Amino acid sequence: MRHVALLARLKPDDEEVARLADELSAILAYMGRLDELDTTDVPPTAHAVPMVNVWREDKSSASLGVEVVLANAPQSQNGFFRVPKVL
Amino acid sequence: MSTLKITPLVGLEIHVQLATRSKLFCNCTVEFGAKPNSRVCPVCLGMPGVLPVINKRALDLSIAVGLALNCRITRHSKWDRKSYYYPDLPKNYQISQYDLPLAHDGYFEIPSNGSMRRIRIRRAHIEEDAGKNIHDTPGCTLVDLNRAGTPLLEIVTEPDISSANEAHTFCTELQRLVTYLGVSEGSMQKGHMRFEPNINVIVEHSGVEYRTPIVEVKNLNSFRAVRSAIDYEISRQVAGWEADNDYVLGNRPNENRGWNDTRQVTEFQRPKEAAHDYRYFPDPDLVPVEIDDHWLQRIRSEVTEFPLARRGRFVAQYGLTDADADTIVSDRATADLFEAVLDTGAPVSIVSKQFVNIWLKIANARHTTMAQLGVDARRMGELASLVQVGTVSPTAANQIAERMPDTADTPEALANSMGLVQVQDIKAMEKWLDEVFAANERTVQDALTKPKKASGSIGFLRGQVMRVSGGKADPGLAGELIEERLKKMSE
Ligand SMILES: [Zn+2]
Repeated sequence: MRHVALLARLKPDDEEVARLADELSAILAYMGRLDELDTTDVPPTAHAVPMVNVWREDKSSASLGVEVVLANAPQSQNGFFRVPKVL
Repeated sequence: MSTLKITPLVGLEIHVQLATRSKLFCNCTVEFGAKPNSRVCPVCLGMPGVLPVINKRALDLSIAVGLALNCRITRHSKWDRKSYYYPDLPKNYQISQYDLPLAHDGYFEIPSNGSMRRIRIRRAHIEEDAGKNIHDTPGCTLVDLNRAGTPLLEIVTEPDISSANEAHTFCTELQRLVTYLGVSEGSMQKGHMRFEPNINVIVEHSGVEYRTPIVEVKNLNSFRAVRSAIDYEISRQVAGWEADNDYVLGNRPNENRGWNDTRQVTEFQRPKEAAHDYRYFPDPDLVPVEIDDHWLQRIRSEVTEFPLARRGRFVAQYGLTDADADTIVSDRATADLFEAVLDTGAPVSIVSKQFVNIWLKIANARHTTMAQLGVDARRMGELASLVQVGTVSPTAANQIAERMPDTADTPEALANSMGLVQVQDIKAMEKWLDEVFAANERTVQDALTKPKKASGSIGFLRGQVMRVSGGKADPGLAGELIEERLKKMSE
């Protein structure tokens, strides 16, 4: 649980960890029911719709423009997004 | 301590930026040096409800590289999300290919110590680049998303590389290949190629082999840094094992390290994350790619011949030296032009000399390539033929060539108008010889009295005759006349 929290960059407190661990176990147990299915003859699939090869030609078109791009940003500076220091 | 036998094991992960106009999953232009965040759309921003759509050309270019690297092309591949935690990819994941890379199990042969070495390619997959985090303002990070979503091909080798030099050669040969195929501009300045070597060493001591933990050096962006970082790591790891015999794979963690170019050392960053920590899963927004024979055949026919093979053929078929073949095959347009010139019937020995000694220099001086000089194969062929039949000297050909990009005149017309048609007239030649012999008495004496120096002296005098004649003298005739005159003088 703590490992998953670390990977998600979340900091649950001890009480939350206990509660989430229970919930997660229940969810995993529920998903575990899928193991009961016999999938020997079912080919693996990565996608829910039977479609392949949907693409676009390599053509470019106008982007949004800096002002619109930054419109929702809590902070910006000289055309850049401004975020808390990373690293 | 008895002597240690050290065997470095180096694998490379190389990101190559694909030469597409637009990004991998949206229509934004890929452009170096554009105003920050001016090439950004809702897809780049990871806005809710947007749908990425793959750029067909990125697939074509990647298949071409896969074929050139003798890989097996995955007939059915898909897209996966890789968790990502930095603000330069606002989706919080990177679209990549995890378990079904576009190409896999190939090899690339590189020259090493006079023979060819085969480096196995584990895989090559397509992924999107991140934007750029800029850390030079205190207290905050500035983010430019122009680069986010740029198509990259990540090529991963097996740890078959055994020295820093070999890694350097691999990288430069790969750059040559991708620029040759037109798959990438391969510009190091623009960051089109980025390298991450994985390095460890086998230390053999008293018949026992010890393997050091694997270090991945992140994000190198020059060939020189690749070489230096690998050399540094090999010595650091050997020293690490000597100081602590428990410094071995399994007992000590694998690490990511960064290259400090100022101090010329690698620096610890963090322990290497295992693949499951990226929590890959299939991207539900993108449908799989299926590649059939017809598609592969089309790419194969577009990619006619790979550079190493062509270089070999130029040596075998045209008798070029390795060095000349190397120069001429360095890019595809030059190699194509060379063969087009030969198709006009021009003699290969003169054409190859002119390519390396004349056209390349003119192109470099004009900051362009031979193919873009504005001189077509026909006129290049004519110039070579003029030298062959003796109408102009090789020196005069040089002068004519310099003018050719700026005019549509034939080389023959230029030779006439520039007064460079070779003079075979003995009288004129004798006059030039008089002048040269008078001005270079010392060399003439050397030629007469020092047999060891004779041929050098004659060569020098012939050069002087060419010079005073303004390139019009026939060098063969000049040489004969000089030798004749020296013989008379010594009698
Ligand atoms: Zn976009």
